[in-house]
Amino acid sequence: MATKVRKMLFILSKATIENAYAAFIMANGARMEGIESEIFFTFFGLEVIQKKKLAHLHVATVGNPAMHIPTMLGGLPGMEAMATKMMKKEMEKLDMPPIGEFLEILSDSGCKLWGCKLAVDMFHLERKDLIDELDGILTIGDFYNRADQEGCQLVFI
Amino acid sequence: MKKVLANKEIDVNEEGYLLDFTQWNKEVGNSLAEECDIVLTPRHWEFIEYIHDKYNKEEPLSIRGIKKSGEFDVKEFYALFPGGPLKKATLIAGIPKPKSCI
Repeated sequence: MATKVRKMLFILSKATIENAYAAFIMANGARMEGIESEIFFTFFGLEVIQKKKLAHLHVATVGNPAMHIPTMLGGLPGMEAMATKMMKKEMEKLDMPPIGEFLEILSDSGCKLWGCKLAVDMFHLERKDLIDELDGILTIGDFYNRADQEGCQLVFI
Repeated sequence: MKKVLANKEIDVNEEGYLLDFTQWNKEVGNSLAEECDIVLTPRHWEFIEYIHDKYNKEEPLSIRGIKKSGEFDVKEFYALFPGGPLKKATLIAGIPKPKSCI
């Protein structure tokens, strides 16, 4: 392997669909190259690993100039749902898995998935609210300790 | 560039992937696997057959495709071809490295 990167550690703090996919594709891409990867879900990122919520993530239509939707219109009821539907359709065309299936693939690929202890407590969540594939609930200090070798990279999303 | 594998002269690119699939045979596959520190078992060969089938049908290979195949699962694929399964399996199977991020 030519790359000096040995392990990619991601912190996902948001629950918009584009951020979740960014983390997933980079983490999965690492595994496909033989690089270790782990994701730490914190704050709103926890929505991505909540059984009841993960299938209903949305793309943000307000405050995102690259959506090319005027902010006033982006805030109208139904806009987010419509934009999300369109994006999911495009993703399916590229054979990108939906969030739930992607989490299964990541777990099967050896990517470690962690929940943030402080955020879990703050949102009053229990282990049973979170996906079965979750490897555990950690403090940020525990997560830093996962960067236990040369060539680790930490990415905040 | 040229390389000798299983007593045969083979054309490969700089990453070691075969340039011409017609030069591939099972002995070449075994030699390529050895270079990846993988000893091929009957289960490995089933994977390689699956990959050849996809290649012949010109269907793109992906990790999701492995999961959807119903015959194999992702965990097993990673266990059989450690260190980047699609990359390693296609190299051994003598076909180009897949240009896929998923």
